[in-house]
Amino acid sequence: MSARRPAIALHLALAAGAALTLVPLLWMVSASLMPPGEATLFPPRFLPRVVTFEHYIALFTRLNVSRALFNSALVSVGATLGSVLINGMAGYAFAKLRFAGRDKVFRALLSALVIPAQVGMLPLFLLLKSMGLVNTLVGVMIPGLANVFGIFLVRQYALSIPDDLLDAARLDGAGEWKIFRTIVAPVLSPILVTLAAFTFLSMWNDFLWPLIVLSDDRKYTLPVALAGLVGEHVQDTELMMAGAVVTVLPALLVFLALQRAYVRGILAGGVKG
Amino acid sequence: MKPLAMSTGAGQIVRQTRAGWAFLFPALSLIGVFFFVPVLIGLGLSFTDFDIYAIGDPTTARLVGLANYKAVVTNPLFWQVLGNTLYFVFVGGPLSVLVSLGAALLVHAKRNRFPGFFRTVYFTPVVTTLVAVAIVWRYLDHPKYGLVNFMLTSLHLPAVDWLGDPHFAMPAIMILSVWKNFGYNMLIFLAGLANIPEEQYEAAQLDGASWLQRFRHVTMPGLTATFMFVAVITMLGNFQIFSEPYVMTQGGPLRSTTTVVLWMYEEGFRWWRMGFAAAIAFVLFLIMGLGTFIQMRVAPTEDS
Repeated sequence: MSARRPAIALHLALAAGAALTLVPLLWMVSASLMPPGEATLFPPRFLPRVVTFEHYIALFTRLNVSRALFNSALVSVGATLGSVLINGMAGYAFAKLRFAGRDKVFRALLSALVIPAQVGMLPLFLLLKSMGLVNTLVGVMIPGLANVFGIFLVRQYALSIPDDLLDAARLDGAGEWKIFRTIVAPVLSPILVTLAAFTFLSMWNDFLWPLIVLSDDRKYTLPVALAGLVGEHVQDTELMMAGAVVTVLPALLVFLALQRAYVRGILAGGVKG
Repeated sequence: MKPLAMSTGAGQIVRQTRAGWAFLFPALSLIGVFFFVPVLIGLGLSFTDFDIYAIGDPTTARLVGLANYKAVVTNPLFWQVLGNTLYFVFVGGPLSVLVSLGAALLVHAKRNRFPGFFRTVYFTPVVTTLVAVAIVWRYLDHPKYGLVNFMLTSLHLPAVDWLGDPHFAMPAIMILSVWKNFGYNMLIFLAGLANIPEEQYEAAQLDGASWLQRFRHVTMPGLTATFMFVAVITMLGNFQIFSEPYVMTQGGPLRSTTTVVLWMYEEGFRWWRMGFAAAIAFVLFLIMGLGTFIQMRVAPTEDS
């Protein structure tokens, strides 16, 4: 039996790690279902004595969280669609269309990766202000529409498209846009799903930029609304946990649905080649 | 390369050039207008006294040369927030990398019967919304009712006023950050581990190498490039820490968790001292560049 012992120890360690990872999230869900005051008892309760949805009801009626949920969804979906089209086209062009200056431009873009976003944030705010885009959802979306990492991701994938495939379509008289739409896009679809998952989650979870751009609380995205809510309702633990669940849950569902594609993106960025 | 006249003909060159720039146009114009131009304006801004009055009327801003940079580095608060940031980068960062490596080794272990399950579980915090989980951790860290202190006291360890004590507020933020982010680097380590040829382990095993020897002489050398990559991206990400202290501590207590980006945010968007805040941003950029340079230099040389 001693040969089994390392395997048991390993699984105990794995399970302990899983418990530490999941307890904060499970407690969040559990506390969100407790009546007011129950999450701040000592010793702490892990499960609600009676399950109540009153905090969720309060969020969606009195506190108007549905508006923030809608704003977050709009910003995330809008930026995702834009990002897939814009970065998809650019990534394909960098990989497969031959023209002078292409590689120079690509290298210049890659150099942008070393510049932290904060460096451009203050002037970007002033720029959007002069364009009348401050305090609009379009202003929140703009930095998510085109990004160097997305272009890089698509380019690396598109490099494997055989030239013969494209040349054959050209011989048949297809235009470049038609080739992109009917031949390239289907081949690229796995990496475009990856890009979509990345863009959606980063827009959904983003905080600093929407915090800067939005001043009207009716335009707030969920994270900004939640950070505002904690200022007024810091004592209402159970209510805040319900707000956290509403914010986290859509991100988790999108991740679980697109897990394979999302992981592929991380590995494409992380592994050389 | 291709004998096909199609791909090399003059008509093709014109056609692909035109299509190429057309396909790049949306991305390049967006990145140019909303990234490169702001970075350049920011550099210019950092040499002016652009403030709340200049937001109404930009002509009131004047060139002040390097005065903002001088004001940044002579401000004692700068050295405090830089110290806080470096503490987070050089203590929280390595901690996070070690946890990631440990998790990757556990998940990768040959005896693990459920690698996919544990990989997903460990990765879950990465995709959660930082603001939401920072709020959750605020309550977990509560000195009286929080689960963290409950566990400590159950183990007969002293309770800690995590977010109220200047000595523990930054460690509390590090714990949140490790919990939130370790799954990301774990995935990268897992990919690195998968790239190490199985024969190397078999050869080491034939030579009678122990688990520790195999780890030192096969696993670690095989992960050198991965380590380098993880160390640099973790460092760069950690230098930009903002939301965690913003939500959990607002930079307190006693400024012990005010980071460089949080300070920049306060100066720029609370007090509208845009010129000064732009200088803070570029100082941070320089420090990050320096950090990357040093890491590249001290790293063991490797091909590629």
